[in-house]
Amino acid sequence: MVVLAGVSVIVFALVHLVPGDPVRLALGTRFSQETYDALRERSGLDQPLLAQFSGWLGRALSGDLGVSFRSGDTVTSLIAERLPATLTLAFASILVALLIAVPLGILSALRPRSVVDRIATVLSQIGISVPEFWMAIVLILVFSGTLGWLPSGGYVPLSEDPLGWLERLVMPAVVTGVVSGSVITRFVRSSVLEALGSDHVRTAQAKGLPGRQVFTWHALRNALLPLVTVTGVQLAYLLSGVVVVEIVFSWPGLGQLALQAVQARDYPVLQGAILLFAVVFLLINLVVDLLYTAIDPRIRR
Amino acid sequence: MTLLEVEDLRVRLRTPRGPAAVVNGLSYSVGEGETVAVVGESGSGKSVSVLALLGLLPARSATVTGRALLHGEDLLTMPPERLRQVRGPGIGMVFQDPMTSLNPVLTIGRQLVEGIRAHGEVSKADARRRAAELLGEVGLPDPRGTLDRYPHELSGGMRQRVVIAIALSNSPSLLIADEATTALDVTVQAQIIDLVERLQADHGTGVVWITHDLGVVAGIADRVLVMYGGRCVEDGTVDDVLEHPAHPYTRGLLGALPDLAAPAVDGEVPDLTTVPGVPPAPTDLPPGCVFWPRCPVRSDPRCETQQPPLAVVAASTGVLPHRAATWCAEEAPRG
Amino acid sequence: MSAAAPTPGPAPRSPAEPDAPARSSAAPDATAWSSAAPDATAWSSAAPAPAPRRARPRWQETLGLLARNPSAAVSAVLLLLLVLVAVFDETLAPSGPNEISVADRLQSPSLEHPFGTDDLGRDIFSRVILGAGVSLRVGFLAVAFALVVGSLAGLLAGFYGRWVDDVLMRAMDVLFAFPAVLLAIAVLAVRGPGAGNTALAIGIVYIPVFARVTRASVLGVREEVYVRASRSVGASDLRLLTRHVLPNAAPPIIVQTSISLAFAVLAEAALSFLGLGTQPPNPAWGLMLAEGRGYIDLAWWLAFFPGMAIFLTVLCFNLLGDGLRDVLDPRQRTLMSGGGR
Repeated sequence: MVVLAGVSVIVFALVHLVPGDPVRLALGTRFSQETYDALRERSGLDQPLLAQFSGWLGRALSGDLGVSFRSGDTVTSLIAERLPATLTLAFASILVALLIAVPLGILSALRPRSVVDRIATVLSQIGISVPEFWMAIVLILVFSGTLGWLPSGGYVPLSEDPLGWLERLVMPAVVTGVVSGSVITRFVRSSVLEALGSDHVRTAQAKGLPGRQVFTWHALRNALLPLVTVTGVQLAYLLSGVVVVEIVFSWPGLGQLALQAVQARDYPVLQGAILLFAVVFLLINLVVDLLYTAIDPRIRR
Repeated sequence: MTLLEVEDLRVRLRTPRGPAAVVNGLSYSVGEGETVAVVGESGSGKSVSVLALLGLLPARSATVTGRALLHGEDLLTMPPERLRQVRGPGIGMVFQDPMTSLNPVLTIGRQLVEGIRAHGEVSKADARRRAAELLGEVGLPDPRGTLDRYPHELSGGMRQRVVIAIALSNSPSLLIADEATTALDVTVQAQIIDLVERLQADHGTGVVWITHDLGVVAGIADRVLVMYGGRCVEDGTVDDVLEHPAHPYTRGLLGALPDLAAPAVDGEVPDLTTVPGVPPAPTDLPPGCVFWPRCPVRSDPRCETQQPPLAVVAASTGVLPHRAATWCAEEAPRG
Repeated sequence: MSAAAPTPGPAPRSPAEPDAPARSSAAPDATAWSSAAPDATAWSSAAPAPAPRRARPRWQETLGLLARNPSAAVSAVLLLLLVLVAVFDETLAPSGPNEISVADRLQSPSLEHPFGTDDLGRDIFSRVILGAGVSLRVGFLAVAFALVVGSLAGLLAGFYGRWVDDVLMRAMDVLFAFPAVLLAIAVLAVRGPGAGNTALAIGIVYIPVFARVTRASVLGVREEVYVRASRSVGASDLRLLTRHVLPNAAPPIIVQTSISLAFAVLAEAALSFLGLGTQPPNPAWGLMLAEGRGYIDLAWWLAFFPGMAIFLTVLCFNLLGDGLRDVLDPRQRTLMSGGGR
């Protein structure tokens, strides 16, 4: 709650930290005094600061994030329009990430220092270090350019063209999924390794449980509990951190919206997008905490 | 009747600092209803030696040789599936740290039940009934309620009782307790020891009790085996070893215990009241007697280059031989 | 495994933060990526070191251990080379970064132009060399800023506790709630593009990470006997902080620095790629990549070499960070997954 308050203050302050007059900056050089006044009034920038803040906060709480300087659309509608694309990409990416990370992490933990483990370690190190936009460009070059298998970007809603939707989703989801997957692979590996070496696994072995049962119930289960947290953090990161990938693949998500807002000096939109991301981040954390309480008896009280 | 017969057990571990000779030719036996205490400092190889018996050392880094016959069957060469069957009904094991040896995210009941059901066709309901019985046997109040609780809801002493209940759940013929009471406070420790003694009397279980606490040894053991540097340096009956320690190391250990150490004759302070120094690293054992670097006696020149064999001490009293691996026993002041 | 088998190494392993569950949702305790399997090998340390715990890392020993980790050692050497390249860029580059020669545009790699030329005929090899300086300068500045501000906040929060801790760490939580890339974009939106602002933007993003790492290790050290002992003999806070707390909290901070440098270089490239960081015609790697993107099916080398430069630099910082962690701080609870990627 405190965090949320802090977040909103900072988001609000953003516009006022801009040197100069945001409205004037937004309008560029050619505009009439009437347009200026109208926009200034509409965005409430002519009122005292505190009144502006309370007004803004009140409206934000009721879902009204203001009006875009540029298009005149409400920020809420702009965001709502972009949200499905961003959510789709984020969830597809986390799916890719988990599909890569969980099996790979477990395999390398089961055979530490084996060939599989070494390859997994190298791959995840590469995945963490590779710039995603570079990987995106290379993928486009190979799969859209040379091979011509996939469209190089864009977005169509699932309802209109399921195949086209999937075709356009694959590459961006793989790019971001590989990066997140690399982080998660390392996490799964160390977590499973640690669980395998824990005392209670030895207890389970000592009571004569079959190996498979020891692994599933005493090592894997414990090792994967914290995965919930890591996945949550990665999801939060994906929701917001895919700006660059959205740009490269012309994916009409929130990141693209935010970047366009920056370039157009459309501050209400930028404010709205950032506020939304911060709220989503906190929400995901909340959900992770709740989930954790549900699955980890140590926290349940 | 002999239950467990360990012969020339050796364990090598691969470590980042090179190969470590952790157990170096250990031999002992445990009879039915008998309690053998294995004593030594941390790092003397006590725990590794028993983990090796159960095949609980990491296969990648550990090499185990020798023989360990349980009811005449060699544990070290057993196929894995047979070894799994022995774990539980053959040998039950209690680990040192009750705070970590239970799975924190499974209920107590589940952890007991799965052990019971791993060895024979038992219905869930029957297994639960048996589990509750066991919890009652080890003295937990409200055994039924405890079944549905998680480890973190229990105190350390209660958890250790649960661990013991798990170890006993398949009525093992041998119970190995690895520093089972070290992490507990003294009153709980006494209760646990009582419990094990009672169960032993009831079931004729053989017990290997690993500890570095000589007070505990005096309380429960029939025989004592003193380990140092992965070897047995002295063994014999409790009376022989504790009252007439022959090896300088044993004497050192006893000297550190005021109420057990014999009061020095003529009010003279015994030479050895503590054991200064640290045990040798198993990656870098001394060429001669393992204890030589710390030995305050060093009365025999061979000690520096040769490991003294385990030999019967002249003053053996009982039915069992009292043996020590030292050439310096003669110097022992008899207390 | 014997009871009190001493743990290897320099010893002060900071215990879990007392309030870990409260905060760990935001910063998952992704424990120990350490490669040391937690098996019986801890045995190897059987010779316990009762020696008084050393107050500062033994640099020579650290370097020696690091040298035995091939990937970290190679990375360190490569990074050193990169710094040298950045320092002597003007001398090393065969031609100026902005020498336009339309006749030579879009030449594929050759002896004369090892990395080829771009759409304006500029030598890509020279521009990659000159871009190293930009990347490293922004990266170092950003991390230096985050390190100073974040560690100071973490140090004060961890050392004084109570309301100081509450206020500072709440503030960090607020900062942390902003998505990293977007926070940087917002800072740049306010302050305008450019190298200095890029460094500031990235630096702000990493403040909370350093604050948390520092705080955690200070908490671990604060209650150590010798700190309490010093306090009881009346050592001043400043003396305590600088002589005892800071040196012992240093290893995780050093590790975090290396890893953050990796991300800072990556973030600088991303921001420049988006057109918010370094501005043309300056040769920043991310910018070159963005410029080369349009020519990707025509002239792959435009985007390939700057991308490779970013990748290798980031990889080296990451590998060095991993190596440092293995050596300095094997069981560090890393904040990496919350830190940006």
